[in-house]
Amino acid sequence: MLRYIGKRLLIAIPTLLIVSIFVFMLQKILPGDPALVMAGEERDPQVIAFIRAKYHLNDPLIMQYFYWIGGALRGDLGISLRTNQPVLVLIGQKLPVTIQLAIMSMIFAFAIGIPAGIISAIKKGTIIDYVANIVALSGLSIPNFWLGIMLILLVSVQLGWLPASGFEMFTVDPVRSIQTMIMPAFVLGTGLAAALMRHTRSAMLGVLKSDYVRTARAKGLSENVVILKHAFRNALLPIVTLSALLFGQLLAGAVLTEQIFTIPGFGKLIVDAVFNRDYAVVQGVVLCTAFGFIVMNLIADILYVLLNPRMREGA
Amino acid sequence: MTTIAIETLPEQDVHSENRAWAKLKASHSAMAGAVLVVFFIAIALLAPVLPIADPTATDWGAVRKAPSALHWFGTDEIGRDLFSRMIWGAQASLLAGVVSVAISVAIGVPFGLISGYFGGWTDQIISRITDALLATPFLILAIALAAFLGPSLTNAMIAIGLSSMPVFIRLTRGQVLAVRTEDYVEGAHAIGLSHTRIIARYILPNVFSPILVQATLTVATAIIAEASLSFLGLGQQPPAPSWGSMLNVAKNFLEQAPWMAMWPGAAIFLVVIGFNLLGDGLRDALDPRETD
Repeated sequence: MLRYIGKRLLIAIPTLLIVSIFVFMLQKILPGDPALVMAGEERDPQVIAFIRAKYHLNDPLIMQYFYWIGGALRGDLGISLRTNQPVLVLIGQKLPVTIQLAIMSMIFAFAIGIPAGIISAIKKGTIIDYVANIVALSGLSIPNFWLGIMLILLVSVQLGWLPASGFEMFTVDPVRSIQTMIMPAFVLGTGLAAALMRHTRSAMLGVLKSDYVRTARAKGLSENVVILKHAFRNALLPIVTLSALLFGQLLAGAVLTEQIFTIPGFGKLIVDAVFNRDYAVVQGVVLCTAFGFIVMNLIADILYVLLNPRMREGA
Repeated sequence: MTTIAIETLPEQDVHSENRAWAKLKASHSAMAGAVLVVFFIAIALLAPVLPIADPTATDWGAVRKAPSALHWFGTDEIGRDLFSRMIWGAQASLLAGVVSVAISVAIGVPFGLISGYFGGWTDQIISRITDALLATPFLILAIALAAFLGPSLTNAMIAIGLSSMPVFIRLTRGQVLAVRTEDYVEGAHAIGLSHTRIIARYILPNVFSPILVQATLTVATAIIAEASLSFLGLGQQPPAPSWGSMLNVAKNFLEQAPWMAMWPGAAIFLVVIGFNLLGDGLRDALDPRETD
C-alpha cells in the first residue's frame, strides 16, 4: 500500500513540474515587455526597474524559471502589485471563504445527486427516471452565473427572503453565514449534483445487474438492505473518484459564483487580479489550484484502493 | 487473412454508419437536440439578412423598455434592441463554440494519435504534458490564458481551445491504444505501409466516432466557457453583442429591467442543452455495446 502511494507521489512530481513551467510561461505570452505591462499605465521607471530586478527579467529564461520556482518552493509566489501583499498571504486569506462555499455546495450536491441517482437507477425506464435524467441534463446545461442571477431576481429582489450578496464566516456568525451562502452554494452545487446523479445512476445500474445483488435478493433480504448495503456500497467506488475530480469543477464554478454574489473568495481573487493586471496573483492562483487538484486526485486514487479490497491486495 | 480484413472494413463501416444513423434518428431526445442546434445555427447565419434592428444602434428615448410589439425582447440600458442583440449574439456564441473545439481537435487529435501509436518516450512526454494541463481546471486555465493574451473574442476562443485540448489528446490516445493491436493494423504493418498512411487510413477512421461525440459535447462546454469569459469581460468586447457580456450588464439592472437578464441566459441554456442532447444521442448511436 505504501509502495503504491509512493508510486503515485512519484508520478505527481513531473506533473507538478510541468504545471509550474506552464504557469511560469503564462507571463511570457504577454505581448511586449512584461515589465512594461506589469508596471501599469503610469509606467513609472522606478516601478519598471523594481519589476525587472524582482523577476530577474534581464536573466536568461531558464534562470528566470529557476528563480521563480525556487521562490515558489519556499512559499514565495511573488508580491501583489495592487495590494503589495505576498501572493501566498492573499491566497491564504481567501481560501477559507471558498472552502466554506465548496463544502456547502458539496452538501447540496450529495444530498440531491446521490439519492436522485439511486432512485433513477432503481426506477430505470419509468417516468421518474426520465424526469430525473432531464433535470440532470438541465443542471449540466444551465450556466451557473445565469442561475445565480435568476435566483437573486426571484429570491432577493422579488421575494426579499435572502440577501443578494455579502459573506460571513460560519465560525463568526453561523445564521448570517448560512443566509448569505444558501443561494451561492445551491448555484454551485447544481452542476455537481447533476454530474453526481448521472454517475451514481450509471454505477448503480452496473451493480444492480451483478450476481451478488441477485444472491442477496435470493437470500430474502429486504430491498432496502439490498440497495443500500450491497449495491450502493459497491457503486460508491466510481463516485468517490468523481467527487475528487469535481473539486476542479467546483473551483472553476466558484470563480463565477463568487463574482455574482460578491463573495470575497479565491475565485473573486483571480478575477480581480485579472482586471488589475496583477499577474503574480493570477499565476499564484493557477499554481495553487493545480496543486490542490493534483492532491485531490492523489487522495481519490488512494481512497479507491482503500475502498476496493481486490485493488488493496494488488497494491 | 489480414488482406481480407482490410478490404472488408469499409463495407462494415457503411453498415455500422447506417445503423448508427438509424439509431440517432430514432432517439427523440437526440432529435430534439438536433432541432435546437440547427435552429440556433440558422439564426446565427441569417442574422445579417433578417429584417431586424442594428444591434449596436442606441436609442436614448427607449432606454430599458419592457418587451413590446416594437421591441419583442425589450431594450437595454442604452436603448439597444435586445431581440436583435440576441440574434447577433448567437453568432459570437456558436462561432466561439465551434472554433474553440476546432482548435482543440486540430491540435489534440494529432498529438493523441502520435502518443498512442508510437508509445515509448514520445507517449510519456505527451502524457505528462496532458496530465499537467488536465490538472488545471478548465475555466481557470481559460481565464488565465485569456487574461495574459488580452480580452477579445479571438483570444477567448484560443484560450478555450487550448484549455479543452488535453481531453482530446487523452481520448484519442486511449482509442489508438485499443485499435493499434487489431489485425487490420498489424496487416497494414506487414504489407509495409508507412506510419503516416496507417494512421491516416486505418487508425483515424476507427477512432473517429468517440472524437465526434466528445467534440459535440465540448461545443456545449465551450459555449458556456465563452459566455463565462464574456460575462467576466474577457471575451467579446462591447459594443459587439454576446450573450455572456449582455448578462454581465444585465446583472446591474435586475430591479429596473429583469428582462435584460432573462433572454441571454435562456438562449445559452437552450443551445447548450441542444448540443448535450445531440452529443448523448450520438454516443448511444455510435457505441457498439449499445444494442438496438
